[in-house]
Amino acid sequence: MKIAISATGTTLENDVDARFGRCSYFIIVDPETMEYEYIDNASSQAGGGAGVAAAQMIVGKGVEAVLTGSCGPNAYNVLSPAGIKVITGVAGRIGDVIEDYKEGRYKESSEANVSAHHGKS
Amino acid sequence: MIITIASGKGGTGKTLISTSLALSLKDDYGVTLADCDVEEPNAGIFLKPQISGSESVDIMVPVVAEEKCTFCGKCAKVCAFNAIAVLGSHVLTFPQLCHGCGACSYLCPEKAITEEARHIGVVEWGDARGIKFIQGILTVGEAMAPPVISRVKEHESEQDIIIRDAPPGTSCPVVETVRGSDFCLLLTEPTPFGLNDLKLAVETVRELDIPFGVVINRTGAGDAGVENYCQEEKIHVLMTIPLDTEIARLYSRGVVLVEGMPEWKSRFIQLYNDIKEKVDA
Repeated sequence: MKIAISATGTTLENDVDARFGRCSYFIIVDPETMEYEYIDNASSQAGGGAGVAAAQMIVGKGVEAVLTGSCGPNAYNVLSPAGIKVITGVAGRIGDVIEDYKEGRYKESSEANVSAHHGKS
Repeated sequence: MIITIASGKGGTGKTLISTSLALSLKDDYGVTLADCDVEEPNAGIFLKPQISGSESVDIMVPVVAEEKCTFCGKCAKVCAFNAIAVLGSHVLTFPQLCHGCGACSYLCPEKAITEEARHIGVVEWGDARGIKFIQGILTVGEAMAPPVISRVKEHESEQDIIIRDAPPGTSCPVVETVRGSDFCLLLTEPTPFGLNDLKLAVETVRELDIPFGVVINRTGAGDAGVENYCQEEKIHVLMTIPLDTEIARLYSRGVVLVEGMPEWKSRFIQLYNDIKEKVDA
């Protein structure tokens, strides 16, 4: 089962992007095989509702979990009803994060951890 | 004649200028003061208006009848503000993101989307010492200021000199306030922050093609950056207000500058005449 990680770059060597809706890329990875693809986050420059659009796109990817730094209420309210686990507070090199995920070191968040518009510059 | 008092940086004296300009002109002209800073309207604190009327400002947001919906996703695709999401066999709406454009309901092939009014603020009007006073108040927690501002503008009396007190910044609420003005006064202060935000404000009004001039508040402090910039860009500085304890003291007590220091009145009338000359030219 694949997971999605908000990313600052296109490889497992890059770091987790602290923002969900306005991250630069998403890495979609199968933690068992470490096979991955990256997706440009088309919502990163959205005028509004970046979290909703990014979450909708992620739901379409059929992942079991999203790992990110911060996730706002609008994105959370799309991801959670779709049965996707949201894990916030994640930082560091993506390769390491995947290892930690496999070892069960992350706990699912039960709510958004930042307010709406948090990642908007 | 519509004069908008704007600024990039907040706290540079928009309300100081708009209230004094309004009171200075009211004996000779009909004057409307429109407080368009709907997130924090404060001109009323100084002018103490008698409010005589008000109306609700609503925007139309979508309501989806899921029994008619085929979950085709067209509504989510056409929404420029991502206020609607289609997930498998559910449609989620995010009313606080909705700008009320109506594209989703108009384009829904199943006619499954209707609209309902969502209250986002109020517009109030009344009389303040012979000035027609209008203010918009955006409900706390709401993000959509432009619809409230546009309703404030609908209540302006066209035959008056209309003074619009704009919100700070250069984003949508400011553009909505400035739109349709004959002249824009840009307030700033002689600091690096003041200069940085003045440049952004100048870019905005130039893009909107509205004639403008600058008022520098709290001169005598800070540096010469703003003055030099205005000179280089050939921007007319129409007034300067010194950093003065007495002005600050009056303001902090809610006293309009021209009432506390009547010697300023002739300068504000001159400011208006300078603006009029530029607009008529």
